[in-house]
Amino acid sequence: MTMAKRRFPIPTRKTIPRREIPPLVTRRRLRRNIGALLALAFLAIVVAVSIFAPILAPYDPLAVDIEQQLQPPSGQHWAGTDLFGRDIFSRLLFGARISLLVGIVAVAIASVPGLILGLVAGYNGRWVDSLIMRIMDMMLAFPGILLALSIVALLGPGLPNAMIAVGIAGIPSYTRVVRGSVLATKRMQFVRAARAVGCRSWRIVFRHILPNIFAPVLVLATLDLAWAILNASSLSFLGLGAQPPAPEWGAMLNEGRGYLRQAPWITAAPGLAIMLTVLSINLLGDGLRDALDPRMRTHT
Amino acid sequence: MLTSIPVLWGVTTLVFLMMHLLPGDPAELMLAESGGSSQSITRLRQQLGLDDPLYVQYGRFLANAVRGDLGRSIFTNRPVTQIILEQLPHTVQLAAAAMTVAIIIGTALGIAAALNRNTWVDNLCVTIAVAGASMPIFWSGLLLLLLFSSLLHWLPATGQGSLRHLIMPATVLGLASSGSIARLVRSTMLEVLSQEYITTARSKGLSERLVVLRHALKNAFIPVITVMGLQFGYLLGGTVVTETVFSRQGLGRLVVDAILWKDFPLVQGAVLLAAAVYTFVNLLVDISYALVDPRIRYD
Repeated sequence: MTMAKRRFPIPTRKTIPRREIPPLVTRRRLRRNIGALLALAFLAIVVAVSIFAPILAPYDPLAVDIEQQLQPPSGQHWAGTDLFGRDIFSRLLFGARISLLVGIVAVAIASVPGLILGLVAGYNGRWVDSLIMRIMDMMLAFPGILLALSIVALLGPGLPNAMIAVGIAGIPSYTRVVRGSVLATKRMQFVRAARAVGCRSWRIVFRHILPNIFAPVLVLATLDLAWAILNASSLSFLGLGAQPPAPEWGAMLNEGRGYLRQAPWITAAPGLAIMLTVLSINLLGDGLRDALDPRMRTHT
Repeated sequence: MLTSIPVLWGVTTLVFLMMHLLPGDPAELMLAESGGSSQSITRLRQQLGLDDPLYVQYGRFLANAVRGDLGRSIFTNRPVTQIILEQLPHTVQLAAAAMTVAIIIGTALGIAAALNRNTWVDNLCVTIAVAGASMPIFWSGLLLLLLFSSLLHWLPATGQGSLRHLIMPATVLGLASSGSIARLVRSTMLEVLSQEYITTARSKGLSERLVVLRHALKNAFIPVITVMGLQFGYLLGGTVVTETVFSRQGLGRLVVDAILWKDFPLVQGAVLLAAAVYTFVNLLVDISYALVDPRIRYD
């Protein structure tokens, strides 16, 4: 029997109507979400700025010019200058680089071990699952940023250590989400079929289960990026992350604290930058969640 | 109650291991910046019992922790438990006030969004919720300080003791955590409002206010209680930044100072206590389910 004569043809890339191909459906749904699109556009600007900061910045972000200290925003210094006469706009552009890097590295540190632990726990079950999940429960018993703080306490203040700390503190959420998705996927017929034809465990996990749990992990990673940027800047604000004179947004805010009345622009610009970046990532994360799985929709 | 004991034991063990398994000698680390002599390092090692095998140190730490003895602060030489207990009420007061703010703002936004589904009110409420969660606490804190303290002189900038001192920190912290409550209230309200008993309540001729507040909100609030437990952890973490911004005393500020001074016993004690309080609050949340929802029973 040829394909054309089959009563229920096997769906292939060619036989599925274009409007039902999953990646295209996701893209179309995302395109309808104006908030997520605006967020994506803003993030594209932030990424471009962080790449081209050396070309775009009008001044050296570290260059001290005491004669120009605490200047309000003007044609010469768009966002004003700080206590050391450094141009805040230039520092802001270089700060985008640090914040994105911190966020991406922290997400990588959290997601890779979190993904592996979640896969192992969910697929193996039994005592391995219990052991891994109890350890994760213990990590989750530390409220919010406190786990990251305790790790910084041990490793010492500094930007690399702040990235590691924020990353480690994020591991349990990935493990939980991945484990849950693996447990649900493991019972599906295609996984049973793969096992029945004699696939090895690693092949089932990486070839059959992993692609099917991609959606929740992607959503989590996006929202986690916002969390990581916010927490890393909090650590820098507390003096435990990026150290002066690094143009990190949280550290810049900390430097401007003492001049809140005299020079509010020192704190205004980096604060706004953090908020808009984190807000955009959150909106994009929400948009992705709605587009990838309408059942998880927050905005019905 | 029994399930929280293994978690607490685990947390204690994790904190102990974190402090002892890292490369480097804690005594040297602690005295590195003050340029301590080798004699003072040896003395500190003896004082902390670092020369004993790890399992002996662990056993001693656990036995002391159970008795409420968390060692002595390196800098002040006062018992860690005493220092923490002095600071704890300030933090609990701030976290409780912030939680109240978060629940009020979050519930109001959530109900407004659900009742005006898919209108501009809904969009506005959801945007406020996401923006609130995206705003760094230290920035919103500084903005409020600038506005209400420096420019308008309505509220005191720093310090504590009165309700006026608490307004700004609690608002900043509460606003940050109201976002997730608002989103949850919105989605559960939407679900509840489509239930048949709501139609019945309406067909009885009850006023919309009564339908929403008594019949819908009461049922929509059950999942919100879970989130409140988790949010308490967020608030407890958030007090670290809030207390620093508003120069308030408290556990959060203590942790940051202890980290900067490398006062490890104090960091260890404060983190341990915060985790214990968090676990306890989540236990209370679990218990309160049964009170709020009679369908849930723990056998």
